[in-house]
Amino acid sequence: MDFNDTPEQAEFRAEAKAWLADHAPAHELPLGHVMSEEEEIRRGRAWQAAKASGGFGAILWPRDIGLRGGSSIEAVIFAEEEARYNVNNIIPISIGLNFAVPTIIKHGTPEQLTRFGEPTLRGDMIWCQLFSEPGAGSDLAALSTRAERQGDNWVINGQKVWSSWAHHADWGILIARTDATVPKHKGLTFFLVDMRTPGIDIRPIRQISGKSDFNETFFTDVVVPDSCRVGAEGEGWACAMTVLMSERLGSGKDVEGHSVRLLIDRARRAGADGARLIDRPDIQQRLADWYIQEQGVKYFRARLLTQLSRGQRPGAESGVSKLLFTNKLQQTAAYAMEMLGYEGITAEADSLQAVVFDNYLWAAGLRVAGGADEVLKNQIAERVLGMPGEIRSDRTTPFNAAAIAQ
Amino acid sequence: MNFDLSDEQKMLSDQVSRLLVERSPPDRLRQLIETQASWDEPLWRELAGLGILGTTIPEEFGGLGLSTLELAVIVQALGRAAASTPFMPSIGLAAELIRRAGSEDQKARWLPGLATGELIGTFAYAEPGLGAWQSHPGVGVRNNLLSGTKLPVADLSIADIAVVSCVRDGDLSLAVVDLAHPRVSRSPLVSFDPLKPQGRLVLDEVPFELLDSTDVALTLELVKNQAAVLTSFEQIGGAEACLYMARDYTLGRGVFGRPLASYQAVKHKLADIYVLTELARSNALFAAWAAVNETSDLESAAAAAHLAASDAFELAARDNLQLHGGIGYTFEANCHFHYRRERLLSVVLGGRGFWREQLISALPEQAA
Repeated sequence: MDFNDTPEQAEFRAEAKAWLADHAPAHELPLGHVMSEEEEIRRGRAWQAAKASGGFGAILWPRDIGLRGGSSIEAVIFAEEEARYNVNNIIPISIGLNFAVPTIIKHGTPEQLTRFGEPTLRGDMIWCQLFSEPGAGSDLAALSTRAERQGDNWVINGQKVWSSWAHHADWGILIARTDATVPKHKGLTFFLVDMRTPGIDIRPIRQISGKSDFNETFFTDVVVPDSCRVGAEGEGWACAMTVLMSERLGSGKDVEGHSVRLLIDRARRAGADGARLIDRPDIQQRLADWYIQEQGVKYFRARLLTQLSRGQRPGAESGVSKLLFTNKLQQTAAYAMEMLGYEGITAEADSLQAVVFDNYLWAAGLRVAGGADEVLKNQIAERVLGMPGEIRSDRTTPFNAAAIAQ
Repeated sequence: MNFDLSDEQKMLSDQVSRLLVERSPPDRLRQLIETQASWDEPLWRELAGLGILGTTIPEEFGGLGLSTLELAVIVQALGRAAASTPFMPSIGLAAELIRRAGSEDQKARWLPGLATGELIGTFAYAEPGLGAWQSHPGVGVRNNLLSGTKLPVADLSIADIAVVSCVRDGDLSLAVVDLAHPRVSRSPLVSFDPLKPQGRLVLDEVPFELLDSTDVALTLELVKNQAAVLTSFEQIGGAEACLYMARDYTLGRGVFGRPLASYQAVKHKLADIYVLTELARSNALFAAWAAVNETSDLESAAAAAHLAASDAFELAARDNLQLHGGIGYTFEANCHFHYRRERLLSVVLGGRGFWREQLISALPEQAA
């Protein structure tokens, strides 16, 4: 047992390190630099273009389209080394790299790959995800946005939500219902949508934080050519699974900046009366319990990486780290407010405590996004422990005949 | 990244698990309780026959000279079976103390017997009213004889020797006592887990031999932390047993026209146990690695492992019985072995309060 790279991994790490040392510093952001969305996009595109030139633009894309064909562990190693620099990776680029193009590779045509692969790799084409709807969250297949065939085109009507960066994206990946007379998973089709097409109306969603990181996107008679359909008509659910599996592996990774250790250090400081919070047994208990979770997630992740390192692909058990991470973030942020009393619920602008406020609000969203707690627990029970699935009627009932409002 | 047991360690785990499935099934545990046996002596002889007892004892003293990790997978299998053996007191504590603190002569005298299982040791560290791991225990030396009371002492009635923490000339010391000496009195206590008997040890001017360590406090720290790591594996074994016992029972039990296991209320309970068990396993593997390499974070890692494993086993033992419904409350069902064992293991090394305090105080200040 050790935490070391294999010789091949060490060689790759050295290569990545050397390339980053030459190229990353020019793309680093000054500390505390606040960017406009436009600047963030511009910097994100430039960094992606640099990585593409260096051969690190899409480590996992296969060799036969002229790329590295790297392993998952190499992608992790590159990300670890990249994290030593304050460079700007943006969501609309990762949606293209990790969701859009891999779905095209698996389900699309060579023409689509030629048209979308290279520009996405170079950061010239950036993407948004148009999956969730007001009536279809965890139950994504309940979606009701329609795509109707008219000659060589499809006409799309409906509403999507939680599409981040849609107002900056060039293209979107969209799932729509093309046949309501069959059971819900079978009537879906996957499309690539040019976000500049007439009939698309993007409106920001105001979140509980007051910020707007997400949009709702309305489609009114939006025309999409059939050449932008990925996979066969009715193959949309399989395409969505390709995307969602990749989403699950990526979740729960970022544990930086939310450390329980910071809370422990804070509790060790003497207060105005000279007493230290850390000496109170109730505070010791709570902090110890979260420290154990934080360490547990860290070493659980090391176990998943060991599997990746051996060429195995972790299954539903990867949900453990997302489940633990989001709940711990919410609870520790809450406790950071409570432990400090009045200093905990008020803050100077731009202080560390103001970040805690944001974390507590953000955690509430994270527990729902990318696999809600309840869904992850079902998956662990069913796929890891082998317990029976839910009794469902929606697998066999035609979508338009389902008794319950979708 | 290779954060996993080796193939050899997995084979060892399978080998011990198979033996225990065969020799220490629930019916055997029931029989031991009904006959008020102090331990499963035939099982002990079989473990000895496989060389298992000498796992960490050096080869020159009749052992295998392997590491804490090998010991951990054995203890995990024992926990899964809720077996009734003096493994932790004799091998995990007494033998480890003698190995680390004894002179060559002392090691040659006791370790070969402990490795074959002919000799059974225990470690007397807790005292009434003082708890465990005292730097100034009440047991002390006067006129070169040892006096005082230790309680509870695991497997006291079957042990031949005890390592006793004591004070001599104002210093914390480790003394080895022959439990057959007439001035030693041993009386059984009611143990919450009858498969892990406990006793009261009263020493009334008993001759002893000091372990020849230059730094008793350091040896004790190492062995205490290693015991926490090993106990966390024992707890994880117990939690696994409960998790899969509950799953199998609920899969086979029909209620309101479908398997009990198909209800989300049941599935989510088991998913919660799974999550806590994996959290504990991740902490415990790291702590075992820290113990093998004697890294500076062993103190916090061992505490984190034992605390996480206590949480996992507690939830697993309770909800396993709950999910069995009425049958779970009967002696004929198998839930109670773990329901009792869990309480014992959470408390035996000092309890959560002690280990939380150790965890927090062991963490160095971290620059933001």
